[in-house]
Amino acid sequence: MELLPLYLSAKLAAIATVILIAVAAPLAYLLTNGSWPGKSFVEALLNLPIALPPTVIGFYLLFVLGPKGSVGRMWEALFGGPLLFTFTGIVVASIFYSLPFAIQPIKASFEKIDPRLKESAYVLGLSPLATFFRVIIPNSVNGIAAAAILVFLHTMGAFGVVLMVGGSIAGETRVASIAIYEAVESMQYEKAWALSLAFIPIGYGFLLLVNRLTRK
Amino acid sequence: MCLTAVLKKKTKFFTIDVELSCRDGQTLALIGPSGSGKTTIIRMLAGLVTPDEGRIVYRDRVFFDSARGVNLPPQKRKLSYVFQDYSLFPHQTLHGNAAFAARDRGEVDALMDFFGLTELRDRKPHEVSGGERQRCAVCQALARNPHLLLLDEPFSALDVVTRRILRNELKKITEKRTFPVVYVTHDVTEALFIGNTVLPIVAGSVDREWMERITAPAAGTDAGTKAARTTKLALAY
Repeated sequence: MELLPLYLSAKLAAIATVILIAVAAPLAYLLTNGSWPGKSFVEALLNLPIALPPTVIGFYLLFVLGPKGSVGRMWEALFGGPLLFTFTGIVVASIFYSLPFAIQPIKASFEKIDPRLKESAYVLGLSPLATFFRVIIPNSVNGIAAAAILVFLHTMGAFGVVLMVGGSIAGETRVASIAIYEAVESMQYEKAWALSLAFIPIGYGFLLLVNRLTRK
Repeated sequence: MCLTAVLKKKTKFFTIDVELSCRDGQTLALIGPSGSGKTTIIRMLAGLVTPDEGRIVYRDRVFFDSARGVNLPPQKRKLSYVFQDYSLFPHQTLHGNAAFAARDRGEVDALMDFFGLTELRDRKPHEVSGGERQRCAVCQALARNPHLLLLDEPFSALDVVTRRILRNELKKITEKRTFPVVYVTHDVTEALFIGNTVLPIVAGSVDREWMERITAPAAGTDAGTKAARTTKLALAY
């Protein structure tokens, strides 16, 4: 079995998950905290990737991350290289694509925390930032871990977005889902079977873990 | 007076309109039936609820002044608040909770010892009884060395015996302190026992007649029954 696409998928999912959790946790906290002007608009915008087909997201990202797009131009100015058709490019695309899948479970986990704990922290002199790190995060560890697993699996299986932004460059952007698609296209069913079967124990194992974490 | 407050706040059913004051080292007990606005008053003192109008001053520090637009957040009032039911941090041990906002670790150990929690210091809140959790909440509040201590029916969820033991412990330890204490309860016996001053609150306002009605013996009570009531009250104290 060709392991490189699986390795690329796992590497992409791991990097995207770490960044997503770091970005999604503060965003989820802002969305859980009371009401502020424009909150529902921001929340709907952050959740938009859930409502859009992956190819549509990929199509937009192709322009935004491209040499004429705002992010692509800024990236080239900073690092001297393009984002499109690179591993970094598919990491960035995966972050946009999976962001709501990280925000939602973390937000749900923050909402479960008794609001009196936050009040108690404030009365004991903790700033909102210190309360976030010393009270909210430690009491949401299971929810955050569950979000990390879901996002990891979601990114592992990403296809449309990755194909649009990264194409299929062996060792760079040809992740497992694209390798399976190409194997089927070229009627290499054995290769497609081997890669597809590898997803089942990974997905099943992680989902069991999510069940365990969210039950607590 | 060390703590003075004039508070006005419109609620769904009535308007809270009270003036209160408490000296250092004294305990002011706010007593009244459930839903009379006691908790909202204490939350206004803590900075968790903003009054519509009024002024809260502790010594020379203005916590709140609607006329001058001053409203210090809870973090800047340097007070401690023991909530109606348990608000200990579930991820911390009892010692971690007691020391959460403490500066002097030695004092934390002394307080835990006073409340009989030393043996339980490494247990999490869900691993101990309700009484032990509230003891820890009082420890946490005192270990912060606050300028003002607020307690909102801290023992109301406990059984009668534990409640009596805890209020004795609380009285013993607050008598040695120099800051004002505001204690909210709906239990007259508790208010009379804990408070140096008792302020009856009904529907958001001070109602001294309610207090007299509630503490007066029933009409036609004979001398024997009256004596029994007095003994009962004395025991309860």
